[in-house]
Amino acid sequence: MLIPHPLLGLRDAQEFTYLGDARLIERPDGMAEGAEAAFADYVYLRDNPAGVHRELWFHEQGDRSWLVVTRDTVTHEIIGAELARDVAMRGKGGAT
Amino acid sequence: MHFSGFRVIKEALTGHKGWKPLWRNPDPQPSYDYVIVGGGGHGLATAYYLARTFGQARIAVLEKGWLGQGNIGRNTTIIRSNYLLPGNEPFYEFSMKLWEGLEQEFNFNAMISQRGVLNLYHTDAQRDAFRRRGNAMLLAGADAELLDAAGVRAMAPFLNFDNARFPIKGGLLQRRGGTARHDGVAWGYARGADMRGVDLIQNCEVTGFRIEEGRILGVETTRGYIGARKVGVAVAGSTGRVMQMAGMRLPIESHVLQAFVTEGLKPVIPGVITFGAGHFYVSQSDKGGLVFGGDIDGYNSYAQRGNLPVIEDVAEGGMALMPMIGRARLLRSWGGIMDMSMDGSPIIDRTHVEGLYLNAGWCYGGFKATPASGYAFAHLLARDAPHETARGYRLDRFARGHVIDEKGVGAAPNLH
Repeated sequence: MLIPHPLLGLRDAQEFTYLGDARLIERPDGMAEGAEAAFADYVYLRDNPAGVHRELWFHEQGDRSWLVVTRDTVTHEIIGAELARDVAMRGKGGAT
Repeated sequence: MHFSGFRVIKEALTGHKGWKPLWRNPDPQPSYDYVIVGGGGHGLATAYYLARTFGQARIAVLEKGWLGQGNIGRNTTIIRSNYLLPGNEPFYEFSMKLWEGLEQEFNFNAMISQRGVLNLYHTDAQRDAFRRRGNAMLLAGADAELLDAAGVRAMAPFLNFDNARFPIKGGLLQRRGGTARHDGVAWGYARGADMRGVDLIQNCEVTGFRIEEGRILGVETTRGYIGARKVGVAVAGSTGRVMQMAGMRLPIESHVLQAFVTEGLKPVIPGVITFGAGHFYVSQSDKGGLVFGGDIDGYNSYAQRGNLPVIEDVAEGGMALMPMIGRARLLRSWGGIMDMSMDGSPIIDRTHVEGLYLNAGWCYGGFKATPASGYAFAHLLARDAPHETARGYRLDRFARGHVIDEKGVGAAPNLH
């Protein structure tokens, strides 16, 4: 598989390590009400879709950036990739 | 139709005209007491033990394709009970004992061959860990022997003992481990269940659950609605897709695992051998092919096929362990979808829907568990209480912090 790195272009997926569902970016607030249940969900439960999946890949053998890769789990087709930082900033409503 | 040596001779003398199909091909009834979703090894075993051991009636197995076409038909056939943790080892030893009596019990040749499973160690630390594991196995009533390098050399002289980085110092041997004919296991359970009145309904995909006021009423299928008092789901890699229809998110990711077989060779490998310095395991089939495998590919997948880097990694493991394997030609490779759980251990439990039960999370170790998984799931379905060896396999163990993590790598399904 080739991952279209937003800065480096097409890179072999072998240069990356895989973490999982990109929702791991949205870490719950540990001090909020019901944080225990929210963390149990966050750590252990997954949507695990058959089809389009947004997931975190770490460019360990490259520029050590985290990417959010959009990929089809049925065909292994990679639809797109962006820097996880941009996704996280957008999630917080900050400038990207 | 009872199979026996006498029967073979009788059929040989009468032109083999008496053999019949192994099971009926019935149309679904409007309703059943028990509906098992998934006609693979675990689903068929569940139906078999429900009917045979727990004496239940009106049972159906719904399979979206053909019986046994999933992971039961595409695994590396290893049976063993060499686990460490108290939540796991008694369960897998129970499974091992069921394997040992299985062929006589269901009157079908599953080619169970207890040739031994040998896990090699390459460092002093690994030896100590294996000694501990062996002791845990003995405590649960299994067998285990710790071999030194000479002991391994006597069994498998062709291994690369003096590898500069990973010298073989010995191994943990379970003599009762071995292999079984994977399709034969599915067929034996299917036939045994059918003989006891279970309806095996093929090409019948479940498309939804009918749930009212938190209780299951039945399942929607491509062959119409089927009512059910209790529904048990045992669909391995498709668990996420199926349970989503009941509104559940699970501690499971689906990943692809590849396996490989070479051309047929003369007998060379005694039993099953696993490399301790990388992920590689190998056995030899009765036809002579070397059957081997290694790591999962490591990313979510429903594709039933993997990629080349893992093939390279597995081949490197094989070459490091037994360089002669480089002379064998690879016949084929294939992939299956694994329901990787968050702690590497399975789930056999009720769900939040009354009457809906789940059997999942077998990672890439489901084959050896087939008999005990079926037995324990049937126990749960029939008696609404977990089997004594499967009490730890609760769905809520993650939230409660009672995970059963053999490898100790945490909530990372692709590392188990």
